[in-house]
Amino acid sequence: MPNLTMIEAIRMALRQEMRNDDSVVILGEDVGVDGGVFRVTDGLLDEFGPERVIDTPLAESLIGGCSVGMAIYGLRPVCEMQFSGFSYLGFHQIESHASRFRRRSQGRFQIPMVVRMPYGAGVRALEHHSESKEIYYAHTPGLKMVIPSGPRKARALLLAAIRDPDPVIFFEPKAVYRAFREEVPDREEVFPIGESEIVREGKDLTMIAYGAMLHRAMEAAELLDKEDGVGAEVIDLLTISPLDDSKFCESARKTGHVVIVHEAPRSFGAAAEIMARLIEKSFYYLEAPIERVTGFDIHIPYFAREQEYLPSRDRIVSAARRTLEK
Amino acid sequence: MPRNHVEVPGVVDYLSILNEDGKVDEELDPDLPKELLREFHRKMVLSRRFDERLLRLQREGKVGTFAPIRGQEAAQIGTVSCLEKEDWLVPAFRETAALIWRGASLSDIFLFNAGFNEGGRIPEEANVLPIAIPVATQILHAVGIAYAIKYRKRDQIVLTYFGDGATSEGDFHEGLNFAGVAGLPVVFVCQNNQYAISMPREKQTKSRTIAQKAFAYGIPGVQVDGNDVLAVHTVAREAAQRARGGGGPTLIECVTYRLAVHTTADDPTKYRSQKEVDEWEKREPLIRLQKYLRQRGILDDQAVNSDEEEAARQIDEAWKATKDRIDELTDPLAMFDYLMADLPPYTKEQKEAFERFLATREAD
Repeated sequence: MPNLTMIEAIRMALRQEMRNDDSVVILGEDVGVDGGVFRVTDGLLDEFGPERVIDTPLAESLIGGCSVGMAIYGLRPVCEMQFSGFSYLGFHQIESHASRFRRRSQGRFQIPMVVRMPYGAGVRALEHHSESKEIYYAHTPGLKMVIPSGPRKARALLLAAIRDPDPVIFFEPKAVYRAFREEVPDREEVFPIGESEIVREGKDLTMIAYGAMLHRAMEAAELLDKEDGVGAEVIDLLTISPLDDSKFCESARKTGHVVIVHEAPRSFGAAAEIMARLIEKSFYYLEAPIERVTGFDIHIPYFAREQEYLPSRDRIVSAARRTLEK
Repeated sequence: MPRNHVEVPGVVDYLSILNEDGKVDEELDPDLPKELLREFHRKMVLSRRFDERLLRLQREGKVGTFAPIRGQEAAQIGTVSCLEKEDWLVPAFRETAALIWRGASLSDIFLFNAGFNEGGRIPEEANVLPIAIPVATQILHAVGIAYAIKYRKRDQIVLTYFGDGATSEGDFHEGLNFAGVAGLPVVFVCQNNQYAISMPREKQTKSRTIAQKAFAYGIPGVQVDGNDVLAVHTVAREAAQRARGGGGPTLIECVTYRLAVHTTADDPTKYRSQKEVDEWEKREPLIRLQKYLRQRGILDDQAVNSDEEEAARQIDEAWKATKDRIDELTDPLAMFDYLMADLPPYTKEQKEAFERFLATREAD
């Protein structure tokens, strides 16, 4: 079983599915000769040729809109927005068209496209290279929004995304890209979109996180266990939309205490929707106010202060202690 | 290291074959088959009358806002008639004549304009996209389809429509640029109808023609009298042949005029004079075609009447069928149809809760 970084695992999924299915094509800026600025698509041009690994002009709307047209014709385009912070020029094509063609044509056309993009802070990058704006996509009906937290899940969810009959926005936490290695099975492994996973069991507290922040939540859970004897159950959301509320609602009924962690700004973020579901479905089991540990409602600061902006292990622990004391 | 001139293509052809008096340039006359010319007439009459009926129904409150085509029939029929059945048509939102040529159901168009998503249905066998409302965005879908055709090595081409206003949008430039680089089988048809709602063509761009914008992307650009169906068909046929033969994309600028309102929510007296409209009314495409066809002995009073009667019959029948369909489309839950292959669980919960609410409402 190979031990891979997230970058290598994503490349493995792309390569496997391109070998399986000649309707899969890749397009984006610098994805061919350069292999992508993070090298995710490295080597794919050599194996599959320029017709299937397409270096596009520098035009995000083209990348999104051309993918829509390819999908209408029956291809399965996997396009790359070089950074999520540059995806807004392509957002119009994703919101106004990718998400709507099935309904607009009353089922004649489906849009099985994947839009991959690196997101999130923590790599000391320039402005526009560190944000976490998954909610722009999650708020759009007709789209699926997936954020893996590690190599194995990234590979298995990307395979599911490429095979999905509807458009999937696939956010890749760039802070995790090369942060650690994980064993990824050679054999095909596909995880269903729309299902969260309990990655740590516990009876005292429910922690919900995704992407790079899952690892901060896990560090906090370990510390709470060691110093406070608190058993935190940690849920990796994996899919932001459609949101799987079954596992965290059930967990909250057991623990009565909830902390939600994400690096996106707080107001109207994913945690707000999660809290709404908890109130709708587990209200009478909650023993204390739900805590959110998130980015602040500001533009993410330039990298000298990005670690202060991001939810840290200690901020999460502090929030957990607050809710447990109540 | 002197300052040198770099030669770039710089001459735009303007083609006109049939003038507004119905006089034809004998040398340029493409001498199209009689049956094709007669079909041009039938479909231009049908499109014109259908448009008029939609406008009347809108004024009566029976259909919603729509974009009339009056004056642009030749620009559409002349271009769309170059497509084969398997080719793809990618419309904007003012292409009723082109859609009719491709066999769109009049009843579907009525139903769509009456506010029902069901009217947007695209039949399985039709390689046509639904109308696209955000200006210029559909150009990129045409480019994507053309890329897929080339990748699959199929003998198909794509034709897409947009207006003069669209040429200021980024998607127009991104689309033409990539189509040029990749040599894609696509025909870009700009219906320059002189106005983007209130904005006149002269303020939309400093370029003398829209056709010349093609040169920046290394592809051919040609301008044509958009109210002259013979000239439009001639340039479109050349562009279609080029695309089909692997020669890549072409930009066609059809110089035409929107004789009606932008949409039924628009008041054109705010931005243009009646005198200007009257001038263009003289150049309108249907009467011009009729003059030519009469000269060639393809059309007489009886044939005109017969085409008019047939159009009226089809339109009446379609509206009657549409009213019946509207009476049957009473289920509000249909709004949840076709969101995704499978309705997500929480959306399903919302639908079920709404269904329960509707049941109680009906019980009251």
